[in-house]
Amino acid sequence: MNTLMLARWQFGITTVYHFFFVPLTIGLSALIAIMQTRWLRTRDERLLRLVKFFGKLFLINFALGVATGIVQEFQFGMDWSAYSRFVGDIFGAPLAIEGLLAFFLESTFLGLWIFGWGRLPERVHLACIWLVSIGTMLSAYFILAANAWMQHPVGYRIDHTTNRAVLTDFFAVLTNSTAVIAFFHTLTAAALYGGVLLVGVSAWHLARDRFTDVLRPALRLGLWASLAATAGLLVTGDIDGKIMTSQQPMKMAAAEALYTTSKPASFSLFTIGSLDGGKEVFSVRVPGVLSFLATGSFSGKVDGINDVQALEASQYGPGSYKPVIPVTYWSFRLMIGTGLLAGLIALVGLWWTRRGRLPERRWFWRVCTWSIALPILASSFGWIFTEMGRQPWAVYGVLTTREGVSLVSPGEVLTSLIVLTALYGVLAVVEVGLMLKYAKAGPPEIEPPAQAGDAEPRLSFAY
Amino acid sequence: MSLNDLYLSLKDLWFVLIAVLWCGYFLLEGFDFGVGILLPVLGRGDTERRVLINTVGPVWDGNEVWLLVAGGATFAAFPMWYATLFSGFYLPLLLILVALIIRAVAFEYRGKRPQAAWRRGWDWCITAGSAVPALLWGVAFGNIVRGVPIDAHEHYTGGFFALLNPYALLGGLTTLTVFTLHGAVFLALKTTGDIRERARRTAARLGPVAIVVAGSFLLWTEIHHGKAAAAGLAVVAALGLVGTLVATLRGREGLAFAGTGAAIVATTVALFTTLYPNVMPSTTSAAYSLTVHNASSSHYTLQIMSVVAVIFTPLVLLYQGWTYWVFRKRIGVSDIPVETPGTVGTAA
Repeated sequence: MNTLMLARWQFGITTVYHFFFVPLTIGLSALIAIMQTRWLRTRDERLLRLVKFFGKLFLINFALGVATGIVQEFQFGMDWSAYSRFVGDIFGAPLAIEGLLAFFLESTFLGLWIFGWGRLPERVHLACIWLVSIGTMLSAYFILAANAWMQHPVGYRIDHTTNRAVLTDFFAVLTNSTAVIAFFHTLTAAALYGGVLLVGVSAWHLARDRFTDVLRPALRLGLWASLAATAGLLVTGDIDGKIMTSQQPMKMAAAEALYTTSKPASFSLFTIGSLDGGKEVFSVRVPGVLSFLATGSFSGKVDGINDVQALEASQYGPGSYKPVIPVTYWSFRLMIGTGLLAGLIALVGLWWTRRGRLPERRWFWRVCTWSIALPILASSFGWIFTEMGRQPWAVYGVLTTREGVSLVSPGEVLTSLIVLTALYGVLAVVEVGLMLKYAKAGPPEIEPPAQAGDAEPRLSFAY
Repeated sequence: MSLNDLYLSLKDLWFVLIAVLWCGYFLLEGFDFGVGILLPVLGRGDTERRVLINTVGPVWDGNEVWLLVAGGATFAAFPMWYATLFSGFYLPLLLILVALIIRAVAFEYRGKRPQAAWRRGWDWCITAGSAVPALLWGVAFGNIVRGVPIDAHEHYTGGFFALLNPYALLGGLTTLTVFTLHGAVFLALKTTGDIRERARRTAARLGPVAIVVAGSFLLWTEIHHGKAAAAGLAVVAALGLVGTLVATLRGREGLAFAGTGAAIVATTVALFTTLYPNVMPSTTSAAYSLTVHNASSSHYTLQIMSVVAVIFTPLVLLYQGWTYWVFRKRIGVSDIPVETPGTVGTAA
């Protein structure tokens, strides 16, 4: 095992794991802010109970997002120091700005929100959760701008004396088409995370006839959020696919394992057999769909892996420019499939719960609860696709992953890989245990306001 | 001023800003590390430990962001420094990461189940997760100031055990004791009743230890590098610690906290002053040292970063300061809600 392989595994594991928590932080903070706003408007106590209930789940999730986020910033320097030297002039700025603009905002106002119940004026307290929500979105924007620069580098030149990339236009980096579309794609994914969590947790209780009056509104809000999110994901994903095809043709070809350039190109729902360009055993194909995904026309031309390989070899020198095709092929359709399934469940759920109805179908509630896993799967597959699909490049067309790795010993990276993976595994078990405990406990009762005789109101939200 | 002069002064500005970020980090997270370290010593029983944790509850996460911004700013303004430092100090940084992870999770999770074993386990995570970085940051800075073997390609060549030299270890001991003292005076300032008394007594006992340890570290730094400005700062740091001790003995808790705060800032600035214009001196050859000049980003990047920093840093200081104002009250055992089975973990 060499340093490169180990560093890649560590990056993959820590990043996918970190991203289990991030979209829920983004999605749920916004949904909680919406519920708390509605509570202040209507004074409907059920909404307050929902805010407290989902607030608790939010915080259990948030803790791991924060804790694993530090690793993300550190490991660029630890494992990818050659990369960091090469891109630091461009890549460091969004990271630093993310800290200054977003992390301070999130962490400070979350502290105020948790501990500020009954201490801050209600409107100020509400503003805190909105600021947390804005902070999470800002954070997403800057980190996606950094990632987008790896997908589609803009606003830079290469300084050949130092052999480093140098920033020439920061505005171009921030308004990179890849960054903008990835931002909206991520936000809609986050909305799906939040929506599905509301649905799944509410469904668990509704199946048992518990807290029906409190959780029905949460279920409906979650279903609407999920449906809107899925629609948003389809639109943003579609735009993203076309941008990706023009910027990284290899990635779209690899998404379909399309070896020869085709016009029109079909989309296979699944394939049995190897994906190495040899004869497939069996596949289910929808004609013209890949053409549509890539170009917007059902008869458009899609470049195949072999042609892109030949083109890139002539541009960048001899070598293989193909990612691991089975990974890109399957992650691409699993991303779409799991995401669509979540949307379908939301659609059915909305229909069956229309105008005050509650279905008697226990199995449907069970499906809803299990659907909490769908957006987690979808976004994991999405990131695996977009990062693995860019290989062998770290920065597309500019720097390969191999060139970016640190000159540290395999033993060091292996230690770190084992330690972090084991720690993350244990924390996942603890986290899921707590989420289940608090989700199953249901919305808490609201304590009556402090009596006038109490000199000192107790801390309502204390660790 | 010519363009080149402006570039040079921007590099210096970012060296100063990164020093400021580390000062902010050590000043703020220093006391919540201290609180974590003192948790088993000062907290008798679960309710008392909850008091201790809640003194930093609303603010510890915001304090930790200073580290993230310091890391990000180093990446952006001095990528070569970031790359050499983070890949070179690989295993200590891994230890710090693990510590900060278990600590962050522990704060949030300990109150979520009522079982004593669960809470004791997380308490241990808070203590270890605070003590390990409190020690290792000092070791890391000791090594940065002292210089480490770096080759012509800006790679650290020393390995793990080269980092454990006496000077750096004394640096680690300095941050560990000073942060613990900082935490003790913070607790004396923020709590009531028995805990406050105990915190005060602990601070009085820790004070002399911190003076001796930090004093020898700063003296050693001075003997080795002998910068006049750093010497002045070392005196300020020593006076701060002595002031803390005197103020603690006289029951002036606010003043005592100001003393450790001043000592932490003065020590950090002294180390950065000693370091300048290097950012990571090489013991292999002075020609291989990373400096403010050869490790920095381009003029343009530094300009962008400066504009962002100038606009947003005051804003951050404003709202973070406001948080401390909102939660300025002392807390005690009577503030902790009584736990009944139904309300376990009202700790949101």
